[in-house]
Amino acid sequence: MTLYSGFFYLLAVIITVATALTITSRNLVYAVIYLVISFLGTALLFYLLGAPMLAALEAIIYAGAIMVLFLMIIMLIQVDEQEGVVSLLNQCFFVIAVIGTTFSLVMLLLYANPGSFLPLQAGMVTPRQFGAFIFQRYWLAVEVVSFLLLVALVGALFLSRSQSKEATYGVKR
Amino acid sequence: MMLFLSSQLNTYLIIGAFLFACGIYGLLQHRSLIGMLISGELVLSGASVNMMAFNRFLAPDPTVGQIFTLFIMGIAAAEAAIALSIIIAVYRNYKTIDAEDLQDLQG
Repeated sequence: MTLYSGFFYLLAVIITVATALTITSRNLVYAVIYLVISFLGTALLFYLLGAPMLAALEAIIYAGAIMVLFLMIIMLIQVDEQEGVVSLLNQCFFVIAVIGTTFSLVMLLLYANPGSFLPLQAGMVTPRQFGAFIFQRYWLAVEVVSFLLLVALVGALFLSRSQSKEATYGVKR
Repeated sequence: MMLFLSSQLNTYLIIGAFLFACGIYGLLQHRSLIGMLISGELVLSGASVNMMAFNRFLAPDPTVGQIFTLFIMGIAAAEAAIALSIIIAVYRNYKTIDAEDLQDLQG
Protein backbone atom coordinates (compact mmCIF):
# COMPACT_ATOMS: atom_id res chain seq x y z
CA MET A 1 0.00 0.00 0.00
CA THR A 2 2.83 2.41 0.76
CA LEU A 3 4.52 1.68 -2.55
CA TYR A 4 1.22 2.33 -4.29
CA SER A 5 0.82 5.59 -2.38
CA GLY A 6 4.30 6.81 -3.19
CA PHE A 7 3.86 6.00 -6.86
CA PHE A 8 0.52 7.76 -6.85
CA TYR A 9 1.94 10.92 -5.27
CA LEU A 10 4.74 10.99 -7.83
CA LEU A 11 2.23 10.61 -10.67
CA ALA A 12 -0.05 13.30 -9.26
CA VAL A 13 2.85 15.76 -9.03
CA ILE A 14 3.98 14.92 -12.58
CA ILE A 15 0.46 15.33 -14.01
CA THR A 16 -0.16 18.59 -12.17
CA VAL A 17 3.15 20.22 -13.08
CA ALA A 18 3.03 19.09 -16.71
CA THR A 19 -0.54 20.33 -17.13
CA ALA A 20 0.27 23.69 -15.59
CA LEU A 21 3.31 24.02 -17.88
CA THR A 22 1.16 23.05 -20.87
CA ILE A 23 -1.27 25.90 -20.51
CA THR A 24 1.30 28.50 -19.54
CA SER A 25 4.03 27.89 -22.11
CA ARG A 26 3.98 30.33 -24.98
CA ASN A 27 5.67 28.16 -27.56
CA LEU A 28 3.17 25.63 -28.88
CA VAL A 29 5.81 22.93 -29.47
CA TYR A 30 6.76 23.02 -25.79
CA ALA A 31 3.05 22.95 -24.90
CA VAL A 32 2.58 19.76 -26.92
CA ILE A 33 5.62 18.12 -25.34
CA TYR A 34 4.40 18.93 -21.82
CA LEU A 35 0.99 17.60 -22.84
CA VAL A 36 2.64 14.33 -23.89
CA ILE A 37 4.20 14.09 -20.41
CA SER A 38 0.81 14.79 -18.83
CA PHE A 39 -0.84 12.10 -20.93
CA LEU A 40 1.84 9.56 -20.07
CA GLY A 41 1.24 10.32 -16.40
CA THR A 42 -2.47 9.84 -16.95
CA ALA A 43 -1.77 6.51 -18.62
CA LEU A 44 0.22 5.34 -15.60
CA LEU A 45 -2.62 6.55 -13.37
CA PHE A 46 -4.98 4.36 -15.39
CA TYR A 47 -2.64 1.46 -14.80
CA LEU A 48 -2.76 2.15 -11.07
CA LEU A 49 -6.54 2.21 -11.25
CA GLY A 50 -6.55 -1.28 -12.68
CA ALA A 51 -6.80 -0.79 -16.42
CA PRO A 52 -3.62 -1.91 -18.19
CA MET A 53 -5.40 -2.10 -21.55
CA LEU A 54 -6.58 1.51 -21.34
CA ALA A 55 -3.16 2.61 -20.12
CA ALA A 56 -1.57 1.13 -23.24
CA LEU A 57 -4.24 2.66 -25.46
CA GLU A 58 -3.82 6.07 -23.83
CA ALA A 59 -0.05 5.96 -24.31
CA ILE A 60 -0.31 4.78 -27.92
CA ILE A 61 -3.29 6.76 -29.21
CA TYR A 62 -3.24 9.93 -27.12
CA ALA A 63 0.40 10.47 -26.33
CA GLY A 64 1.53 8.89 -29.58
CA ALA A 65 -0.75 9.37 -32.54
CA ILE A 66 -2.79 12.48 -31.69
CA MET A 67 0.18 14.39 -30.32
CA VAL A 68 2.31 13.57 -33.36
CA LEU A 69 -0.56 14.89 -35.48
CA PHE A 70 -0.56 18.11 -33.45
CA LEU A 71 3.21 18.48 -33.77
CA MET A 72 3.02 17.93 -37.52
CA ILE A 73 0.33 20.57 -37.94
CA ILE A 74 2.23 23.04 -35.75
CA MET A 75 5.37 22.55 -37.82
CA LEU A 76 3.36 22.72 -41.06
CA ILE A 77 1.72 26.00 -40.12
CA GLN A 78 4.17 28.70 -39.21
CA VAL A 79 2.76 29.74 -35.88
CA ASP A 80 4.48 32.86 -34.64
CA GLU A 81 6.38 32.26 -31.45
CA GLN A 82 4.71 35.07 -29.58
CA GLU A 83 1.42 33.32 -29.96
CA GLY A 84 0.80 34.11 -26.53
CA VAL A 85 -1.66 34.88 -24.05
CA VAL A 86 -4.45 37.33 -23.74
CA SER A 87 -2.87 40.09 -21.76
CA LEU A 88 -5.70 42.50 -21.07
CA LEU A 89 -6.39 42.82 -17.39
CA ASN A 90 -10.16 42.53 -17.50
CA GLN A 91 -9.98 39.44 -19.69
CA CYS A 92 -7.54 37.80 -17.28
CA PHE A 93 -9.88 38.67 -14.45
CA PHE A 94 -12.77 37.13 -16.34
CA VAL A 95 -10.80 33.96 -17.05
CA ILE A 96 -9.68 33.56 -13.44
CA ALA A 97 -13.24 34.19 -12.23
CA VAL A 98 -14.60 31.45 -14.49
CA ILE A 99 -11.93 28.95 -13.45
CA GLY A 100 -12.28 29.76 -9.77
CA THR A 101 -16.04 29.37 -9.93
CA THR A 102 -15.79 26.02 -11.71
CA PHE A 103 -13.12 24.60 -9.42
CA SER A 104 -14.77 25.80 -6.21
CA LEU A 105 -18.13 24.40 -7.32
CA VAL A 106 -16.51 21.03 -7.91
CA MET A 107 -14.84 21.18 -4.48
CA LEU A 108 -18.14 22.11 -2.86
CA LEU A 109 -19.85 19.18 -4.55
CA LEU A 110 -17.09 16.82 -3.42
CA TYR A 111 -17.05 17.83 0.22
CA ALA A 112 -20.79 18.31 0.62
CA ASN A 113 -21.21 14.61 0.00
CA PRO A 114 -20.34 12.68 3.15
CA GLY A 115 -20.39 9.33 1.40
CA SER A 116 -17.59 10.17 -0.95
CA PHE A 117 -14.76 8.93 1.28
CA LEU A 118 -14.82 5.43 -0.06
CA PRO A 119 -12.20 2.78 0.47
CA LEU A 120 -10.28 1.42 -2.46
CA GLN A 121 -11.13 -2.08 -3.51
CA ALA A 122 -8.69 -4.26 -5.31
CA GLY A 123 -9.63 -4.79 -8.90
CA MET A 124 -7.67 -5.34 -12.06
CA VAL A 125 -9.20 -5.94 -15.45
CA THR A 126 -7.01 -7.90 -17.81
CA PRO A 127 -7.10 -7.05 -21.52
CA ARG A 128 -8.75 -10.39 -22.22
CA GLN A 129 -11.64 -9.64 -19.86
CA PHE A 130 -11.93 -6.14 -21.24
CA GLY A 131 -12.11 -7.25 -24.86
CA ALA A 132 -14.59 -10.01 -24.11
CA PHE A 133 -16.78 -7.60 -22.16
CA ILE A 134 -16.74 -4.99 -24.93
CA PHE A 135 -17.50 -7.32 -27.78
CA GLN A 136 -20.13 -9.30 -25.89
CA ARG A 137 -22.18 -6.49 -24.42
CA TYR A 138 -21.24 -3.21 -26.02
CA TRP A 139 -20.59 -4.25 -29.61
CA LEU A 140 -23.20 -1.84 -30.97
CA ALA A 141 -21.56 1.14 -29.28
CA VAL A 142 -18.16 0.02 -30.55
CA GLU A 143 -19.57 -0.11 -34.07
CA VAL A 144 -21.07 3.37 -33.64
CA VAL A 145 -17.70 4.74 -32.51
CA SER A 146 -15.90 3.08 -35.40
CA PHE A 147 -18.48 4.58 -37.76
CA LEU A 148 -17.83 7.97 -36.15
CA LEU A 149 -14.12 7.55 -36.83
CA LEU A 150 -14.89 6.63 -40.44
CA VAL A 151 -17.06 9.75 -40.81
CA ALA A 152 -14.27 11.85 -39.29
CA LEU A 153 -11.79 10.36 -41.77
CA VAL A 154 -14.05 11.10 -44.73
CA GLY A 155 -14.76 14.57 -43.37
CA ALA A 156 -11.07 15.40 -42.98
CA LEU A 157 -10.44 14.16 -46.52
CA PHE A 158 -13.33 16.24 -47.86
CA LEU A 159 -12.22 19.40 -46.07
CA SER A 160 -8.67 19.24 -47.35
CA ARG A 161 -9.78 18.21 -50.87
CA SER A 162 -12.33 20.94 -51.44
CA GLN A 163 -9.95 23.60 -50.22
CA SER A 164 -7.14 22.36 -52.43
CA LYS A 165 -9.49 22.40 -55.44
CA GLU A 166 -10.35 26.02 -54.70
CA ALA A 167 -6.69 26.81 -54.40
CA THR A 168 -6.02 25.20 -57.79
CA TYR A 169 -8.75 27.13 -59.52
CA GLY A 170 -7.82 30.31 -57.72
CA VAL A 171 -11.34 31.07 -56.58
CA LYS A 172 -10.51 32.75 -53.32
CA ARG A 173 -7.10 34.19 -52.46
CA MET B 1 -7.06 9.04 6.83
CA MET B 2 -4.67 11.64 5.52
CA LEU B 3 -1.93 9.12 4.98
CA PHE B 4 -3.71 7.24 2.25
CA LEU B 5 -4.89 9.93 -0.06
CA SER B 6 -4.36 7.50 -2.88
CA SER B 7 -7.14 5.24 -1.66
CA GLN B 8 -9.85 7.88 -1.61
CA LEU B 9 -12.15 8.71 -4.45
CA ASN B 10 -11.91 12.45 -3.83
CA THR B 11 -8.23 12.66 -4.68
CA TYR B 12 -8.78 11.31 -8.16
CA LEU B 13 -11.78 13.56 -8.65
CA ILE B 14 -9.69 16.57 -7.65
CA ILE B 15 -7.05 15.61 -10.20
CA GLY B 16 -9.79 15.36 -12.82
CA ALA B 17 -11.22 18.73 -11.80
CA PHE B 18 -7.74 20.26 -11.96
CA LEU B 19 -7.24 18.94 -15.48
CA PHE B 20 -10.67 20.25 -16.46
CA ALA B 21 -10.04 23.70 -14.96
CA CYS B 22 -6.63 23.93 -16.66
CA GLY B 23 -8.28 22.99 -19.95
CA ILE B 24 -10.97 25.66 -19.62
CA TYR B 25 -8.34 28.22 -18.60
CA GLY B 26 -6.19 27.46 -21.63
CA LEU B 27 -9.24 27.44 -23.88
CA LEU B 28 -10.10 30.97 -22.80
CA GLN B 29 -6.54 32.23 -22.66
CA HIS B 30 -4.89 30.96 -25.81
CA ARG B 31 -5.14 33.01 -28.90
CA SER B 32 -4.37 30.55 -31.69
CA LEU B 33 -6.73 27.79 -32.72
CA ILE B 34 -4.16 25.06 -32.09
CA GLY B 35 -3.65 26.26 -28.52
CA MET B 36 -7.39 26.08 -27.98
CA LEU B 37 -7.48 22.56 -29.37
CA ILE B 38 -4.64 21.45 -27.06
CA SER B 39 -6.61 22.79 -24.09
CA GLY B 40 -9.69 20.94 -25.31
CA GLU B 41 -7.69 17.72 -25.14
CA LEU B 42 -6.95 18.53 -21.49
CA VAL B 43 -10.69 18.85 -20.81
CA LEU B 44 -11.29 15.42 -22.32
CA SER B 45 -8.41 13.99 -20.27
CA GLY B 46 -10.01 15.31 -17.08
CA ALA B 47 -13.28 13.67 -18.05
CA SER B 48 -11.60 10.32 -18.62
CA VAL B 49 -9.77 10.49 -15.27
CA ASN B 50 -13.17 11.09 -13.64
CA MET B 51 -14.66 8.10 -15.43
CA MET B 52 -11.79 5.85 -14.38
CA ALA B 53 -12.01 6.95 -10.74
CA PHE B 54 -15.75 6.40 -10.52
CA ASN B 55 -15.33 3.07 -12.25
CA ARG B 56 -12.69 1.94 -9.79
CA PHE B 57 -14.46 3.03 -6.64
CA LEU B 58 -18.17 2.79 -7.31
CA ALA B 59 -18.93 0.38 -10.13
CA PRO B 60 -19.87 -3.18 -9.15
CA ASP B 61 -18.23 -4.53 -12.28
CA PRO B 62 -14.83 -2.85 -12.83
CA THR B 63 -15.07 -3.20 -16.60
CA VAL B 64 -18.12 -0.99 -17.18
CA GLY B 65 -16.59 2.42 -16.64
CA GLN B 66 -13.50 1.69 -18.70
CA ILE B 67 -15.66 1.51 -21.80
CA PHE B 68 -16.56 5.18 -21.36
CA THR B 69 -12.87 6.05 -21.30
CA LEU B 70 -12.36 4.03 -24.46
CA PHE B 71 -15.18 5.94 -26.16
CA ILE B 72 -13.76 9.27 -24.94
CA MET B 73 -10.49 8.30 -26.62
CA GLY B 74 -12.25 7.50 -29.90
CA ILE B 75 -14.22 10.75 -29.81
CA ALA B 76 -11.05 12.72 -29.03
CA ALA B 77 -9.28 11.15 -32.01
CA ALA B 78 -12.18 12.04 -34.33
CA GLU B 79 -12.37 15.55 -32.90
CA ALA B 80 -8.64 16.14 -33.32
CA ALA B 81 -8.68 14.94 -36.94
CA ILE B 82 -11.67 17.07 -37.93
CA ALA B 83 -10.52 20.17 -36.04
CA LEU B 84 -6.99 19.99 -37.41
CA SER B 85 -8.24 19.69 -40.98
CA ILE B 86 -10.54 22.68 -40.38
CA ILE B 87 -7.52 24.59 -39.04
CA ILE B 88 -5.55 23.69 -42.17
CA ALA B 89 -8.44 24.90 -44.33
CA VAL B 90 -8.68 28.15 -42.37
CA TYR B 91 -4.94 28.66 -42.69
CA ARG B 92 -5.14 28.15 -46.45
CA ASN B 93 -7.82 30.77 -46.82
CA TYR B 94 -6.74 33.38 -44.30
CA LYS B 95 -2.99 32.72 -43.83
CA THR B 96 -3.44 32.91 -40.08
CA ILE B 97 -4.81 30.83 -37.24
CA ASP B 98 -5.13 33.67 -34.78
CA ALA B 99 -8.67 33.66 -33.47
CA GLU B 100 -8.79 37.45 -33.29
CA ASP B 101 -8.01 37.75 -36.99
CA LEU B 102 -10.88 35.46 -37.94
CA GLN B 103 -13.71 37.67 -36.84
CA ASP B 104 -14.97 38.82 -40.21
CA LEU B 105 -17.18 36.67 -42.40
CA GLN B 106 -16.25 36.23 -46.03
CA GLY B 107 -18.58 34.69 -48.53
